Amino acid sequence: MPVKEIIISGFGGQGILSGGKLIAYAGMLDSKNVSWLPSYGPEMRGGTANCHVVVSEEPVGSPILNSADILIAMNGPSLDKFEDYIRENGIIITDSSLVERESSREDIGFFSIPATKLAGEMGNQTFAIVILLGKMLAETQVVTKDSFISSLKKVLPEKYQYMIPDEIKALEMGMES
Amino acid sequence: MAEKVLMKGNEVIAEAAIRAGCKHYFGYPITPQTEIAHYMAKKLPEIGGVFVQAESEIAAINMVYGAAAAGIRVITSSSSPGISLKQEGLSYIAGAELPCVVVNIVRCGPGLGGILPAQCDYFQAVKGGGHGDYRMVVFSPSSVQELYELTVEAFNVADRYRITSMIMGDGMLGQMMEAVEFKDEENIETVEKDWALTGTRMKREHNIITSVNVNPYELEKINEGLQAKYKKIVENEQRVEIYNCKDADVIIVAHGTVARIIKNVIETLKHEGIRVGLIRPITLWPFPTEIFEKYASVPKMFLTVELSAGQMVEDVRLALNGKKPVYFYGRMGGMIPTQKEIMDKIKSILRGDRDG
Repeated sequence: MPVKEIIISGFGGQGILSGGKLIAYAGMLDSKNVSWLPSYGPEMRGGTANCHVVVSEEPVGSPILNSADILIAMNGPSLDKFEDYIRENGIIITDSSLVERESSREDIGFFSIPATKLAGEMGNQTFAIVILLGKMLAETQVVTKDSFISSLKKVLPEKYQYMIPDEIKALEMGMES
Repeated sequence: MAEKVLMKGNEVIAEAAIRAGCKHYFGYPITPQTEIAHYMAKKLPEIGGVFVQAESEIAAINMVYGAAAAGIRVITSSSSPGISLKQEGLSYIAGAELPCVVVNIVRCGPGLGGILPAQCDYFQAVKGGGHGDYRMVVFSPSSVQELYELTVEAFNVADRYRITSMIMGDGMLGQMMEAVEFKDEENIETVEKDWALTGTRMKREHNIITSVNVNPYELEKINEGLQAKYKKIVENEQRVEIYNCKDADVIIVAHGTVARIIKNVIETLKHEGIRVGLIRPITLWPFPTEIFEKYASVPKMFLTVELSAGQMVEDVRLALNGKKPVYFYGRMGGMIPTQKEIMDKIKSILRGDRDG
């Protein structure tokens, strides 16, 4: 895996940017080169959020992605916007609680998990992103599970650290789904 | 070896300044660099420093003038329209020969423009945006690690020459997170500032810091002194990265974030048997002219790629002085060139297409 380029996209408040940070941090702990770039342009004002994450054996060139290997879409507009960014043999993972349609592309791997619904059943909808990231780890091995768990401790603020055991459960739920 | 941490470029600038011994920040918020102010507002009071959100950019740069006159390390940061407002102060600071660091996280103009990445303030930074015959040392980092190293160095250079050092980046660099490794001990130079306004305590003659002098004979002497200083900086402070230039058919000249994309292009084109090199000016002023004398004979042609209508390309042409053709490719308005666009441009100029 010389380089993996990832787009995570959804509404503000779904943990899109934090989810990207978790992957970037885990990549760094795996001794890869990483970059994380949030959308900071006018699109932020519309309530949508996305981030571009690169995990690479080589130094990272542009942190702004014009195409990617992996898309995690947590709402319909995100799938509409980024579906065509995904390269052949890439994967798209959607939250089927919020994204009604599937991808029509046959040259990519498509996975959908009702992540928000499952997270709600766990008692906290913000775990949805971690469930989807778990699926990504299982399908792509972009970062190791151990590093992801270590990155939770680095990225989560002190007051949310008590949630880590549940975050790990959500991760494993995604990995097994 | 220190631990690597993942941090935003803007926060790294602020952390680097603090590590360089800077405890004074004056600024006014503007996207995409406001995280610098956030970081300073939080950290400086904890270490006995001073953070002031001024009433305007003009006030902020004049507070910098005052702090620098007192001989302490001081920084301000802004983005293009805010930097325009600071130009009068920058000219005064140059006239008074005071050291300070100014950060410009450039956004796309002209006017209020947009907030996306651009390099369209090159002329303003290196040719003098304010009035008078003055210069600033301008650094263009291309990674978060380099933001740290060059911010520390910017303070050293500022003190060494009593000059303004500018860190020029863009929103891509300021907003992105990348791994950064802070050194355990910074390479901080300390310079005796016997010119500073620190109070005479009735034990010495008083110092005068001013940029006014209405005597033409004296003012010309002062200007000659400035020019002698700038000449010394040109001789000693040119910084540049050379990448893959040996045997290159085309050498690309690009700075800052654009250079990152060029490195990807170079690696991709290697597989197609097209040899491309990169000259990346790290100091935009002094422009690394000497390296062009060394590499002018290597490629068939040069190509400058910028997030502008073509500004640095003028310095490339001056440095090469007609020895090789210099082509240009640029995007504006916050658009970032893709690898493919740049590769198409390279192939097109190699084929000898008339318009490149």
